[in-house]
Amino acid sequence: MAGSSVSVDYADAMITTPIAAGDWLIVAPSLITMLGGALCLMLRKHTDLQPKLGITLLGALVLASFALLVRVLDHGVITMVMGNWLPPFGIAVTADALGATLTFIGSVVAFCAGLFGMKTVSNSGRRYGFYPFLLLLMTGVCGSFLTADIFNLYVWFEVLLISSYGLLILGNDRIQLDGAVKYGVLNLVGTNLFLIATGLLYGIFGTLNMADIAIKVAELENPASGTLATVAALYFLAFAMKAAAFPVNFWLPASYHTPNIVVSAVFAGLLTKVGVYALIRIFVLILPASLDYMADIFGLVAIVTLMTGALGALAQTEIRRLLGYLVIAGIGSMLAGVAVASNDKVATLAISGAIFYAVHSIIVMTALYMSAGIMNMMGGSYNLRKLGGLYQKSIAFAGVFLILAFAVSGLPPFSGFWPKIMLVDAAFKDERFWLGAAILVSGFLTTLAMGRIWIFAFWRGGPEGTPDGQSVEVSGSSQADLASGAIWLPLGILTALVVYFGIQPEWMIELSTQGASSVVDPLGYIRSVFGEQG
Amino acid sequence: METGVTVLIGLFFMVAVYLMLSKQLVRILLGIAILGNAVNMLIFTNGRLTREIPPLIPAHLYTPETATANPLPQALVLTAIVISFSFFAFLLVLAFRAYQELGTDEVNKMRVAEPENDQTPPQGY
Amino acid sequence: MRTVIFRTIAPYLAALMVLFSIFVLLRGHNEPGGGFIGGLIAASALAIFGIACGVASVRRAIVFHPMGISGFGLFIGALAGVVSIFRGQAFMTSQWLIFDFFDVEVALSTPLVFDIGVYLVVVGAIGSIALALEERESD
Repeated sequence: MAGSSVSVDYADAMITTPIAAGDWLIVAPSLITMLGGALCLMLRKHTDLQPKLGITLLGALVLASFALLVRVLDHGVITMVMGNWLPPFGIAVTADALGATLTFIGSVVAFCAGLFGMKTVSNSGRRYGFYPFLLLLMTGVCGSFLTADIFNLYVWFEVLLISSYGLLILGNDRIQLDGAVKYGVLNLVGTNLFLIATGLLYGIFGTLNMADIAIKVAELENPASGTLATVAALYFLAFAMKAAAFPVNFWLPASYHTPNIVVSAVFAGLLTKVGVYALIRIFVLILPASLDYMADIFGLVAIVTLMTGALGALAQTEIRRLLGYLVIAGIGSMLAGVAVASNDKVATLAISGAIFYAVHSIIVMTALYMSAGIMNMMGGSYNLRKLGGLYQKSIAFAGVFLILAFAVSGLPPFSGFWPKIMLVDAAFKDERFWLGAAILVSGFLTTLAMGRIWIFAFWRGGPEGTPDGQSVEVSGSSQADLASGAIWLPLGILTALVVYFGIQPEWMIELSTQGASSVVDPLGYIRSVFGEQG
Repeated sequence: METGVTVLIGLFFMVAVYLMLSKQLVRILLGIAILGNAVNMLIFTNGRLTREIPPLIPAHLYTPETATANPLPQALVLTAIVISFSFFAFLLVLAFRAYQELGTDEVNKMRVAEPENDQTPPQGY
Repeated sequence: MRTVIFRTIAPYLAALMVLFSIFVLLRGHNEPGGGFIGGLIAASALAIFGIACGVASVRRAIVFHPMGISGFGLFIGALAGVVSIFRGQAFMTSQWLIFDFFDVEVALSTPLVFDIGVYLVVVGAIGSIALALEERESD
């Protein structure tokens, strides 16, 4: 230790060469949000300052994660090991194209949510800590996307979970407490399953570094052994629970419609995708052998999830609950990609489809929940029976909603179209025709559900009971807010992204293909952690 | 020694699952607390048990003299205990608030967020 | 609970516990102890003080809101990891400042700052939960 005169060769245990300053970008997303969240927590009483500080910090997060993405694309996978210890002893934080892309898109969505929250979160919500919790949630989300240590992933999951509890009960309403109990208990059980699996994995390999485990799994003689199969099954259950896949999806429609609308928007965009990300990372990078014999289960769960989501959406009157089911349907599409990834020939295509779909789903679900909030401001309700005539109030908003409806259904020329093509293509090449068909049917049913919202809320003259051909004015809940740019700017940014990724998909296809190849072929990832000789 | 602890862990999981299947929220929370402890013991046992040799390096040395207990699971368990402890505390407050507001701790009767007689969506104009 | 004996003893007991918690915090680097356990002891001191003399007097005594305290702890804890950027080392690499102070060797380090951060986070978070529960009880 310090102050001792004995000379020790630290080179066996520690990195002795200086770290490039640019590598600090790997920890920057978590660090900015953690420091910023702490700062906002200290200044909770200053409700005027909160949005300014929070949005500035989220803007800094967007810049940092964009810089990280650029650096990853220039330099390949980059790693930083905490405390300068050599891996696998130090906790490694590794940014590859997959993690960096999702971090960047997640930051953009959080920034938009920060803007949107300026109007929808009241002063008491700010005092209760909307911005600190949002920032700490992003700490957890970015940390999960960038960590290369499986126990660390668990810790980041818990960070985002505890901040999501805080966000969920921001208003302290009855309905929120009810939703939060179900969300809280089931998610905690899910993370405990994750922890059990991690404990068993540590028992088998004696290491928690993902790259190290990937090497050791590849060297195993019998990868289908009982303990490892248990671990794989537990991971699948735990992350499926996080991602809200059938049959462990029930917490999502029970809770996502209860909080403040901007909180719903962030949750729908980010939380379930972290679960999908973890599935991709664990099963494609670390346990590919387990994926081989679990592919049919993945496929089956994907099909049922796709159908549950789409049919559930058709059965809802409440717009927020309807959108909650659409989140589930999207998860089914991404799971389909993971299922097909067991076939080496189409693995890159399938995973890049899943990544692109995740990016699309993050953006479009957040935008849709924001639109639902605006519909409530205009029409005074989230109930399809009570809404109507919004087209007359704002033609532009009706158009934006139609774009988002097309995108979430996977219709061209918007962002949902390309990932669906990639996923269906991969499924057919793998001869899983049922899976491909399920994606298409689910898209068709989603079109019906979204079309119904548009027809009832926008196109008809007024709420239920209005005679045909006449129009009745609906009164909104907060008309004054509708003139604010803080409402329209975030929705505009997200819709612009949806259109951009639909018309110019090359950039995102390139990114997601790079992300997919970094997990399908883990050599670059392993080399980044252990150095070139690894 | 590992075998004995393993049986104990199994018992803990059994009790936890039994409690979590109950209808009362308080029992579910107790189940979660026991589940957390079961998981902690499981991680601890997975690091292999070594008795009475703490992983401390004497002041004049740089490596331990004999094989010591594995310190990593201890660190992991400490982290997991902290997390499960704080989550349990939070859920306890949440459940208490929910009981005050909803007037019941039976999960089947907590139907504010998902009302039983939910309307079907409109079929036509 | 609020007997005369308990009410008389509690302030001294709480003061002693806080002092002990700081002792546990500081010896934590090379010996058993540390920020987390120290923070727990301090939080239970707050809880005892709260049971004896009421939550309002605890809140007055600690001046800042407990969540503010844990925010500050998180802030300095995270900041302690950043110091290593100036030496070209990775995040969280420990930095030491060792000097003689009246012939006593004093070792200041970033792990110490980090540990103080953990201490404050635990005091704030557990303290605020404990105080919230005690407030409910008296409703």
